[in-house]
Amino acid sequence: MSKKTLTFTLMDAPYESANLTTAFRLLDVAARRGFNINVFAYEGASALAFVKQAAHPNPVHGKNLAEENHPTTKDQVAALLACVEENGGKLDWVNCGMCVDERGVTEFVPGTRRGSPADLHAFTEASDNVLIIPTK
Amino acid sequence: MAKKTLNIVESAYRAVMEEQDDTILWVLAAMQGAGAEHTVVLRANAVSYAVTNQGAPGLSVGAWKQTQAPKMDRDVADLIEKRKMTVYVIEEDLAERGIEKAELISGIELIPRSRLPGLFEEHAIVSMW
Repeated sequence: MSKKTLTFTLMDAPYESANLTTAFRLLDVAARRGFNINVFAYEGASALAFVKQAAHPNPVHGKNLAEENHPTTKDQVAALLACVEENGGKLDWVNCGMCVDERGVTEFVPGTRRGSPADLHAFTEASDNVLIIPTK
Repeated sequence: MAKKTLNIVESAYRAVMEEQDDTILWVLAAMQGAGAEHTVVLRANAVSYAVTNQGAPGLSVGAWKQTQAPKMDRDVADLIEKRKMTVYVIEEDLAERGIEKAELISGIELIPRSRLPGLFEEHAIVSMW
């Protein structure tokens, strides 16, 4: 059986919605199963792979930087890239170019790239299935 | 003396995994530390924050694992016990969701919706989150 290709379109900005936690749980499973994965990071989601994200301590929690171990989505993207590679799949993570320009988040995790809606069209044409996780 | 603010929280579990807390309860705790005087009302889906022994497994992506997943009952208890905030929960919203009083953290105060106008009168500011 040929390897399946899945496309995910994400729209929510990091740190604002549970939708992205759900998306990363799905992406993790797909990566572990060796699927080829395409991600089109659109609108706020174009900041998911922004490399200047930084963890922080949390004085309200009474935790220092190490204790809080705050998650960053850029680390999750990097971990996803590694997981896909380990399991024999491919990940093409596209950050919408106009979206990143609007937001000033133009520096990406290595292994992701700048793109356009034409990439989403190409992904859709080449995929076995497409899941849109829209902003509500 | 700080203006007394009534904070009605209805949004729930929106970004708690990514932030490892609820951003509204967090900012209220931080403001209280800066001298604010807050009261909290949990309504609608946010009443679930008062249910004990909750929590989701941390997110994991490949080799990356979240180690400090949120526990919302712990954070509400922190507001009550450490920050000395009064936290109310709306009885009708609990009933609609089948949540019993025995399931709630200690120190939280149950009120009917009809009590809200009185609380509005008791506070200088009413903030809806």
